[in-house]
Amino acid sequence: MLDLTPKEISPRNALRINPCKTCQPVGALYAALGVRRCMPHSHGSQGCVSYHRSLLTRHFKEPAIAASSSFTEGASVFGGGANLRTAVKNIFDIYDPDVIAVHTTCLSETIGDDLSTIILDMQVPEGKVVVHANTPSYVGSHVTGYANMLAGFIRYLARGESSSGGAAAVLPGFLNPGDLRELKRLLKLVGLPFVMFPDQSGVMDAPMTNTYEMYPQGGAAIEDIRALGSCAKALALGFFACAEPADVLEKKCKVPNLVLPLPIGIMATDELVMAAAEAAGTQVPAELEEERGRLLDLMLDANPYFYDKKVAVYGDPDTVAGLTGFVLELGMRPAYVLTGTPGEAFTRGIDAQLERFGVKGCKVKAGADLFELHQWIKNEPVDLLLGTSYGKQISKAEDIPLVRAGFPILDRYGHSYMPIVGYRGGMLLAEKIAGALMDRQDRDAADEDLDVVM
Amino acid sequence: MDVKAEILGSYNAKVFKNRKDHILRINKAEAENPEIAANTRAIPGIMTNRGCCYAGCKGVVVGPLKDAVTITHGPIGCGFYSWGTRRNKARPDEDGRNFIQYCFSTDMQEPDIVFGGDKKLRAAIREAMEIFKPRSILICSTCPVGLIGDDIHSVAAEAEREYGITCVAFSCEGYKGVSQSGGHHIANNGLMKRIIGSNDLAPTGKYPVNLLGEYNIGGDGWEVERILRRIGYDVVSVFTGDGSVQAISRAHTATLNLVQCHRSINYVAEMMKTAYGTDWLKVNFIGLKSISGSLRNLAQYFGAEELMERTEEVIAGETAAIADDMAFFREKLQGKTAALFVGGSRSHHYQELLSEYGVSTVLAGYEFAHRDDYEGREIIPAIREDADSKNIEQAEIMKDEKRYRVFLSPQRYEELKNTIGLEDYKGMIRDMPDGTYVVDDLNHFETGVFADLLKPDIFFSGIKDKYVLQKGGTLSRQLHSYDYSGPYAGYKGAVVFGRDLVMGLQAPAWGMVSPPWKINAEKSAAEGQRDSHA
Repeated sequence: MLDLTPKEISPRNALRINPCKTCQPVGALYAALGVRRCMPHSHGSQGCVSYHRSLLTRHFKEPAIAASSSFTEGASVFGGGANLRTAVKNIFDIYDPDVIAVHTTCLSETIGDDLSTIILDMQVPEGKVVVHANTPSYVGSHVTGYANMLAGFIRYLARGESSSGGAAAVLPGFLNPGDLRELKRLLKLVGLPFVMFPDQSGVMDAPMTNTYEMYPQGGAAIEDIRALGSCAKALALGFFACAEPADVLEKKCKVPNLVLPLPIGIMATDELVMAAAEAAGTQVPAELEEERGRLLDLMLDANPYFYDKKVAVYGDPDTVAGLTGFVLELGMRPAYVLTGTPGEAFTRGIDAQLERFGVKGCKVKAGADLFELHQWIKNEPVDLLLGTSYGKQISKAEDIPLVRAGFPILDRYGHSYMPIVGYRGGMLLAEKIAGALMDRQDRDAADEDLDVVM
Repeated sequence: MDVKAEILGSYNAKVFKNRKDHILRINKAEAENPEIAANTRAIPGIMTNRGCCYAGCKGVVVGPLKDAVTITHGPIGCGFYSWGTRRNKARPDEDGRNFIQYCFSTDMQEPDIVFGGDKKLRAAIREAMEIFKPRSILICSTCPVGLIGDDIHSVAAEAEREYGITCVAFSCEGYKGVSQSGGHHIANNGLMKRIIGSNDLAPTGKYPVNLLGEYNIGGDGWEVERILRRIGYDVVSVFTGDGSVQAISRAHTATLNLVQCHRSINYVAEMMKTAYGTDWLKVNFIGLKSISGSLRNLAQYFGAEELMERTEEVIAGETAAIADDMAFFREKLQGKTAALFVGGSRSHHYQELLSEYGVSTVLAGYEFAHRDDYEGREIIPAIREDADSKNIEQAEIMKDEKRYRVFLSPQRYEELKNTIGLEDYKGMIRDMPDGTYVVDDLNHFETGVFADLLKPDIFFSGIKDKYVLQKGGTLSRQLHSYDYSGPYAGYKGAVVFGRDLVMGLQAPAWGMVSPPWKINAEKSAAEGQRDSHA
């Protein structure tokens, strides 16, 4: 496995090998799936959306709908306006969504299609909406694409004069439906009235009923997105995925925002709980405090198995920041922390976390790739890999256990139902990490050292 | 019930006009081999299952070549999506060079789009040389590369001069053509012009063949090679599953090309005929009758008594070895119906195997086929060129005087054309019985209507459809990836296929979808109704 990866690290500026990110449009598409009765639409050649739908379906094991402008060579030369107009007409005729969320691609961005104008001049049926976001694939990553689509929806739809009844706007980062369900439960427990956008739960974890619903019961309704504009406050969860859309909401509708880390682990969840309680004017309920206590109980119980274990954390920036925080809380030692998404803010944030726990010598890098991670590991191994499915190659090559978390996970089932956010998500994650490390200890133990009680 | 009418009735005028010629209901009395519209543009906004030119070139044909560093020149997405997602398995040869697990991309950024990406491509090649010292580098371009005009072909030529390697560039921008199909053609052209014929090392075996259009999904190619080697064939190269640049550079030294996936590779077969005189034979290694028939045709081609004998021995032995398993699964599958929507060959190839399990095909369609895949090669001269097909290069191939060889006498060649269908493919439609449907470029909406109205027990399609169908209560098996199982080809593969279908149909969860309280409520409602009638 990966036999051709050398230990010696040579400088590399042009060749990306085994990436730890993908392109903006798939993030935009996923964001749009968090809107009720929404058809995501890719303005480019049809291969893009075929790849994106495949990737999302492989991660969620759910249908992921989206249409395409199906560019041909002609459209690429003369512009894709006609294709988009045809597409929008056909989508409303055949699939009858309430909203079409168009994102661009490297193709349509390179030829310079002006989507604002094309959409403005377009005939849209009464009561229906078309929004767009610019997501050139040669900028950022799928995470910034997600952020841009959130911002696009807010630009088109959020209204200051709408009525949200003093609720808080909650903008979650790139999360699984299981995480979103956990977030909503947590906010309800705290007593915070909120409008969540986007919300893929119900859409990307629809139940088995023998009836395929193209638009399952779930997602933020158009009214919800309009209402974001009159919210008292916005809680944006994840700097890379949500700071920009929260900023757009503030500029457009004067909704003040608080950008929080993804609530993974104790301290990040504490931050959200306190922010929510403050916004709601409530006390943190005892039930939640008990939940927190149970997670801490588990962390102390299993502490010997976590303590000082070296871990490599990789994936999307907000998720990795959360996971790094949590493994630090568990007493583990991050040795490598990386994301494929570019951005200095990532390294600054991780460095601050490491400093808080007094961990030194950890390599932290944004805009990195898994080939580089593998080379680092060849030079100085770790006890655990924590990240996406593509780490399984390194895991096999170097015989290091892998705990899957983040996006994409293409080779397991059920992960999108299981939260990693909140105290409950922490419990599931801690159980998984302890299990992986202890399985390894058992596997490597001499017969006389195998403990039945641990 | 006419499903075609149901579907077309839901479309607006323009979509109706386009789609009506892509959907056929077979009626032999009306037409033995009716015409179908294929290889035309998908309609914007219609959820087609099709991919793009890059997917056909890099994803299908070029990507499986294991000894090459294949660099995707473009933003990161295209390279990422085609990384480890197709299941084209490969083991390293003795030299240990296997790049299949890797993804290489120039990860173009905004300045590369504005100022040109060729500098970055050059640097990427240099870095690949420093790290891996490969013997070949292949470059596949993505949409923006063609638009900004990076000259990837001269970058490749430079690299060949500078590093003394084989470096071939493929201009397979996603917007070219109307589907993956254009990409297959572009890949075929590049392999033919630059790699095939570059190494004259003679075959070691007596009956040297190439296996074309076999991508070793789930290990299919290995099972086929196993059978061919048992009989005594020397498989010189495979295009391209577990294949290598090294091996296909010698492809012209083989006597015969066996064509499994007609759509993706028939261009190489034709071009090799022109350049080297290599004959080709359409084969199908899916389903017992098809495999055995293909093996017998192959033996006929070489005409050697020892081959024919050995072929019969192997067929008898292999068939006997799986007979009990086949019978076991057939008993469970007998009477079921299937729908097939796959790329450009499998929808035809699997019908025989299904029928051997007692499963009848009620719907079959191709994602990116041309009319000849449906109607047979004789209609090729009648296919009208359009703006999109004109954009895909028809490579000009000349006879290679030094390497051109003729194996068959003209008389024998004519004879074999009739007896074993040498250099012909009759297409799928002829094998479809009355009342079945043939649909080109089946889309999301049509899939739903067919599933609802035809109610096939099993719907074979891809990952994008799988859960649409499953949610609606229909077993769906991916026939691109075999749902991470396989092989399905060859004799052993036939058993794996049967087992997988039975496994899917017998999943206990199907029987528990309706909760008992709902079933009870329905029952008492029905009883109540009976009582009130009484």
